[in-house]
Amino acid sequence: MNIMSYLIRGLATGGQFALVAIGYTMVYGILKLINFAHGELFMVSGILMIYIVADLPTLPIWLAIALMVVLTVFIGFLIEKFAYSPLRSAPRMSVMISAIGVSYLLQNLVSYVTGGLSKQFPDIPVIGESVRFLGVKDKLTVFLSPVIALVLMVILVLIINHTKFGMSMRAVSKDFETSQLMGIKINRVISITFAIGAFLAATGSILYFAKNTGINHLSGANPGLKAFIAAVVGGIGSVPGAVVGALIIGVVESLAKAFGLADFSDVISFALLIIILVVKPTGIFGEKTTEKV
Amino acid sequence: MSEAILNIKSLNVRFGGIQAVNDISMEVRKGKIVTLIGANGAGKSTILRSVSGIVKPEHGEILFEGENILGLSPDAIVAKGITLVPEGRRVFPNLTTLENLKMGAYLRKDNDDEELNYVYRLFPRLEERHWQLAGTLSGGEQQMLAVGRALMSRPKLIMMDEPSLGLAPLVVRDIFSIIRTINENGITVLLIEQNANMALKTCDYGYVIETGNIIMQGDGQQLLSDERVKEAYLGKSKAK
Repeated sequence: MNIMSYLIRGLATGGQFALVAIGYTMVYGILKLINFAHGELFMVSGILMIYIVADLPTLPIWLAIALMVVLTVFIGFLIEKFAYSPLRSAPRMSVMISAIGVSYLLQNLVSYVTGGLSKQFPDIPVIGESVRFLGVKDKLTVFLSPVIALVLMVILVLIINHTKFGMSMRAVSKDFETSQLMGIKINRVISITFAIGAFLAATGSILYFAKNTGINHLSGANPGLKAFIAAVVGGIGSVPGAVVGALIIGVVESLAKAFGLADFSDVISFALLIIILVVKPTGIFGEKTTEKV
Repeated sequence: MSEAILNIKSLNVRFGGIQAVNDISMEVRKGKIVTLIGANGAGKSTILRSVSGIVKPEHGEILFEGENILGLSPDAIVAKGITLVPEGRRVFPNLTTLENLKMGAYLRKDNDDEELNYVYRLFPRLEERHWQLAGTLSGGEQQMLAVGRALMSRPKLIMMDEPSLGLAPLVVRDIFSIIRTINENGITVLLIEQNANMALKTCDYGYVIETGNIIMQGDGQQLLSDERVKEAYLGKSKAK
């Protein structure tokens, strides 16, 4: 395989991780919480797709995808409502422990339902088809993933910077109490943030599992971890940062494989994380604090 | 005599084991400037925060235009026409000046151009700096922004928590003159101040609060000339 194919596959994985990373970074931005359950949500959405297609065989695939996305968003919303919202004024550490709890809950629930066996992700038309582009032959999802990630990132950044809702998100991320004094319902803003994160994770999961078709209850762990690293490398709290961080992680890991270091790809990702944290602790796009006290 | 726009009846607030506000009753008459003075920790901020719905009182009644608003959510209270300029300004540092003002009008569905022009007339400096991130404004500008932001909701009652805190004397004078202007434009003002002298000169009526209790009340002038107030809050020694 030539270097081009590694590069493209790296960007593909990067794009898929980016969609998960945005969920980490947005939730962190608003709640200062590392939502460890987010990688599991990604896996659950893949599992949901399998069961929807298996149990409702007459349902057109596009409707099945829509149903899966809606269910994933709903689960994301429920997680926030039951595991994080009651802890709003508790120390951050308690919320993080709750997140770890949700993560294991989802893993074990899926393990129980699937019997711990690997399930086959259904064939998704169009994005599952093989195409040849720039001399590389692979499924369309591989070429499409970074593009979709970038497009969704741009839309999200426009929403955050140029709409009233985006403005309220930025306000809530800085100051709950003053946001309330403005009349903002902070719980609603937080719920919508989780919903957006879940929507992106569901999108990422279709793109990812269309290529990596075997799913079991542990399939969310690695993408979740990589997406988290990506969010930190890019500067946690920053949406473009999460995407850039994920693309870097994806490409670096893929190139490691190209040079015969496949076994070390995790090591390289973590080394990159450590280097970034040492050189620029706030990450590539991390914000400087310019607050006046 | 105008009617009371805000009527607080036997308000009690506890934090843990501490009685922050102890059975306080007070009223704010429509169109007036009313001030609360008292030392740090006397419970002044807690009263304003209770009115805003940020703090949940143990019991008591808070009537706004005759209707009990105690227990309503902060956004519902803003919608009724009560706004709070919080202590320490609390502008959103990551939003521009204009965006901060827009946040003040968050609940408004209609056009906010009229309010924006009004705020810009009061504070021309904010218009000059409308593009600038609020975190980079000076302290005085941030205070103007905090007041301007509160006015954007078109309030009937504006409550201000220590608007002069940490500002240069000239800026303090500006802030008080703005408070008078706002009041002349028909907005009732409830003001907390450490600067008791300025506050009592500006207000129509004042309450003196000590450790959660009202210990004195009266017209601004009357309190200004009261020996106990002079001694405790105006820094003048008792006439021998």
